[in-house]
Amino acid sequence: MTSNNKFYSIIVGLAVLAYLATALVDNQYYFFAGFAILQLMIMALAWNILGGYVGYVNFGSAAFFGLGAYAAIFVMEYFKADLFTQIITAGCFSAIVGLATGALTLRLRGVYFAIATLALLVVSETLILNWDYVGGAAGAYILPKRNPTVLGLLIVGKENALFGNYKELLFFVLCIFGLVTIVICRLIERSKFGRGLEALRDNEQAAESMGVPTLRLKLIATTISASIMGFTGGVFPYYMTFIDPISAFNLDISVNALAMPLIGGTATWLGPVLGAVVLGTLQQIATVTISSEINLLIVGLFLVGFVIFAPDGFLGLIKKFRNRGD
Amino acid sequence: MNALVTGILLGGFYAALAIGLSIAFGLLDIVNIAHPAFIILGAFVAFIFNSQFGLDPILVSVIFAPVFFLIGVLIYKVYYASFEKTGAEALRGLAFFFGVMFIIEVLLIIYFGVDFQMVQADYIDFKLTFGGGVDLPFRMLVPFVIAMIMTLGLQYFSSKTFFGKAMQAVAQDPVALRLMAIDPARIKRIAFGISLATCSIAGALFVIVMPIEPSIGRLYIGIVFAIVVLGGLGSQTGTLIGAMLLGLVESLITTFFGPSWSPAVAFGALILVLAFKPTGILGRVGDTRG
Amino acid sequence: MTVLEVNKLTKKFGGFTALSDINLEVKPGERLGLIGPNGSGKTTLINCVSGTIRDYQGEVVFNGENLNNLVAHKRARRGISRSFQIPKPFSSMTVKQNLLIPLEYAVTAEQLDGLTIEEHADKIMEDLELKDKSDDLTGGLTQIEMRKLELARAMALKPQLLISDEAMAGLSSSEVDDILKILIALNEATKITIVMIEHIMRAVMSFSERVVCLDAGKVIANSTPNEVIKNPAVEKAYLGE
Repeated sequence: MTSNNKFYSIIVGLAVLAYLATALVDNQYYFFAGFAILQLMIMALAWNILGGYVGYVNFGSAAFFGLGAYAAIFVMEYFKADLFTQIITAGCFSAIVGLATGALTLRLRGVYFAIATLALLVVSETLILNWDYVGGAAGAYILPKRNPTVLGLLIVGKENALFGNYKELLFFVLCIFGLVTIVICRLIERSKFGRGLEALRDNEQAAESMGVPTLRLKLIATTISASIMGFTGGVFPYYMTFIDPISAFNLDISVNALAMPLIGGTATWLGPVLGAVVLGTLQQIATVTISSEINLLIVGLFLVGFVIFAPDGFLGLIKKFRNRGD
Repeated sequence: MNALVTGILLGGFYAALAIGLSIAFGLLDIVNIAHPAFIILGAFVAFIFNSQFGLDPILVSVIFAPVFFLIGVLIYKVYYASFEKTGAEALRGLAFFFGVMFIIEVLLIIYFGVDFQMVQADYIDFKLTFGGGVDLPFRMLVPFVIAMIMTLGLQYFSSKTFFGKAMQAVAQDPVALRLMAIDPARIKRIAFGISLATCSIAGALFVIVMPIEPSIGRLYIGIVFAIVVLGGLGSQTGTLIGAMLLGLVESLITTFFGPSWSPAVAFGALILVLAFKPTGILGRVGDTRG
Repeated sequence: MTVLEVNKLTKKFGGFTALSDINLEVKPGERLGLIGPNGSGKTTLINCVSGTIRDYQGEVVFNGENLNNLVAHKRARRGISRSFQIPKPFSSMTVKQNLLIPLEYAVTAEQLDGLTIEEHADKIMEDLELKDKSDDLTGGLTQIEMRKLELARAMALKPQLLISDEAMAGLSSSEVDDILKILIALNEATKITIVMIEHIMRAVMSFSERVVCLDAGKVIANSTPNEVIKNPAVEKAYLGE
């Protein structure tokens, strides 16, 4: 079997496994924890498309996430849109914002892009706080439709439905989306586009003079990254059934999105996945056993520790360990 | 009229917040995202000594400035060895300061909780009232005066003393410094120490102006960077002008649209500045493009 | 008939005039040397030609086409290639992968002439004697190998005009001869135009058919190597008063 076939078999296998889990596992805590870790993983993968492959730091992951969430709320309020439409809108809206931010600042040095993304986070939070139509500072509640159907199939219900409840459905949706994101990242790494990004990360001026359209590649990468964050945000309000600006634009989201790849390793998609799964699990345990402040402290300390002492993350450490074994 | 006075006072306060960053970011090219977090740390130090022993917050901050200086020297040592020397400052160096900011916040939350805290001093509730409805609250005036002393003092220092001149040169011409047998890393270490020392004092001013909570610093990241970029990177005069400008705009917006819009002002200004005038109002050539 | 034409090119940095009113013509297949003391504007000139700097006055014309509105990567695709004074390799890639970037991004199917880009990369590495370093990361290369990689990558763009910016700085005398031999062979085999910026006089004089000397942003000499070397203005520019 080629490595490609093997990879895609595993992806399909995991998707099937995720569906079986929703049918067989009863304890709802596992879906809660799983959802949290998946969300971390997808945000980390999305951050890494720009941070890892191109070397541009995005501090505003929470802005793209939160704007996605609120775009979903808006179409739900205004058009009474269904879940699927909401998620698509979320992704598209964040993609547009990402493209605009990039177009304004990606001509400048990378640090200015970083600072601008942070600025974007505060501006979007302020806008939403002051916009009462989507709930303003008080937040908004989401009432999921009862017994939704697609093509005559009952999606969520107590009996004869695909999923027992909404949490399981959304867990599955996020699972599929996570797997798709992994596939996207892997495709980028192996494409002409990905090689161009790598060249521009190594040396932007040299890449440009070797025919690589650096600005366009940066803009495409930013747009893809922002849209994935937007999709993830679009699922979030439905899952929580309540949303307010404080939680949707929380800086913790930005910190996690950046910390997971830097801890796991930024070179390939495997780094963010490893970082998110290991650290996400650790965070879940710390939150349950100690406190949620401690889990944030853990992320901060890991982040600083890794960037100083293990700049290539878990992936780098594994490689070093293997080389020593030879 | 009152809005203008408030704007100028606010601008002075903002200058105190940004002046240290104009050294770190403007002159040394160190993107210290954690700068406002250090200011809040300074504010909490002032708060502890004020609430425990009734000491004046500004006095406390001056006493603690050398401690912050040492922290700065230490941080620069780590930063230099781990990132600057290996050319990794663009990605990992940024992430490093982001992590430092986060750690400071979380530690403060664990220790103090998320409630707002404030300090006591005789002059805080004092207010001068003039005709025409113009107020001069001491809560703003005292920080304004201290901020001016600090800003003008630093400007004098960097334009008149030998070390100050070396600090200016380290950004533009490190080779020339080396030829004069001055170690640029040493200059940068001390300069970054000074940058952090200003955080101690700015922190005390902060807690006089308004109540603090551990993560309030985040709201000021945009403001301080906007001011430094507006001011043209590393010019103390430019920083002061940028700060005044932002203070005035914010004060006017607050008067006409309400205070809930004020965070958007600084950040909106920053995005606009970056998009259309990245060389700042006073202009310095060829720095922002890369 | 010219391949490159620079007309009235002026570039200021703030108050400092780096280039003032430069006129220059380069003929197809020519080997041109560009000399001048440090800070005379040589690198600024090629930055303007290659599009790294675009806010200049005057015009840069390549094969009859005005390039002023084209960004650097588009100029590269037209066939202007450069090496960097301080080597700028893609450091996370192997030597071969470095060459594949221009081959993938700038070279047309026509130019590939039925060969794969891998085959082209292999051929260039053979020409520059880098074959056995093909799969090495750039971090482990020696000074001369790094210079060769810089040239190889510039060649992989399949340029009509190659600008080599101090490709021999820091090399030993025999290594300089090595690079010279390679460049002359390239020029004779492919009829490619080469502009060489160089401080090593021996190299630039033996390589060039014509030499242009810049001083303080102006052209002060433009003729055969022998005449330029005897030109008193050139001597003055290098030695001072």
